[in-house]
Amino acid sequence: MMSIGLEHYLLLSSALFAIGLYGALAKRNAVVVLMCIEIMLNAVNIALVAFSRFTVGAGLTGQMFAIFVMTVAAAEVAVGLALIISIYRARGTVDVGRINLLKW
Amino acid sequence: MGLTVSFFVLAAVVLLAGLAVVLLRNIFRAGLSLLLCFFGVAGIYVTLGADFLAAVQVLIYVGAIGILLLLALMLTPEAPRGSTEGRLVAVAAVLGGLVLVVLGFAALRTPWNVVATSLTDLPAPEPTTEALAQGLFTLEGGWVLPFEIASIMLLAAIIGAIVLVMERE
Repeated sequence: MMSIGLEHYLLLSSALFAIGLYGALAKRNAVVVLMCIEIMLNAVNIALVAFSRFTVGAGLTGQMFAIFVMTVAAAEVAVGLALIISIYRARGTVDVGRINLLKW
Repeated sequence: MGLTVSFFVLAAVVLLAGLAVVLLRNIFRAGLSLLLCFFGVAGIYVTLGADFLAAVQVLIYVGAIGILLLLALMLTPEAPRGSTEGRLVAVAAVLGGLVLVVLGFAALRTPWNVVATSLTDLPAPEPTTEALAQGLFTLEGGWVLPFEIASIMLLAAIIGAIVLVMERE
């Protein structure tokens, strides 16, 4: 039976981050883009908590960072969804390719 | 043994649910997969001995953020066209793969200063809730200032969200 080390958690975190990055860049629906950003934040949190458990002298600093990341993510998703809903009211679409009011 | 099996099962659940979020055409199913992915991450926290964070993950991500995202999916109906990709899909795939390779290389090649190379050799996890609270609210060397700034940021976000979606006469 192989043993689970820090590298396993970091590889899981990297893979999840790459998935989120692909979705955030490729998807058309703005809500799905926001969902993929949440996946990326979760990937970072996994790495932070794994560092906090494995590395020497880390204590609980990584977990504390993860708590603040979650706080910022909650604020970000609330404001982001409010923005998306008001854009949908104004333009009738949430397609990020067609939200181009600021494009010259 | 049990820890190893649960790590691999949870990692598979997290990665498959994450892939389902970006690959499924049905937007609502993608949102439900996101909830599953968040649940899997909570399980990963449990394998790392972060009990408080696992509870917070379920409460905030699954309970609040996930439901908010599902509601937003229903409020902005683009369901007939499904969750389609834009023109950047090839660039996105290449960039995602590149980031994965670079991060994986860095994770494997860096000589991390670890307590033990295996999860089973680490000292037994202790309850983290009280220790985290001590860290957050201790004045000397604690995290009081970031905590207060986070509260102001949350207040600003609440007011901002209300103002943005307010019906104007």
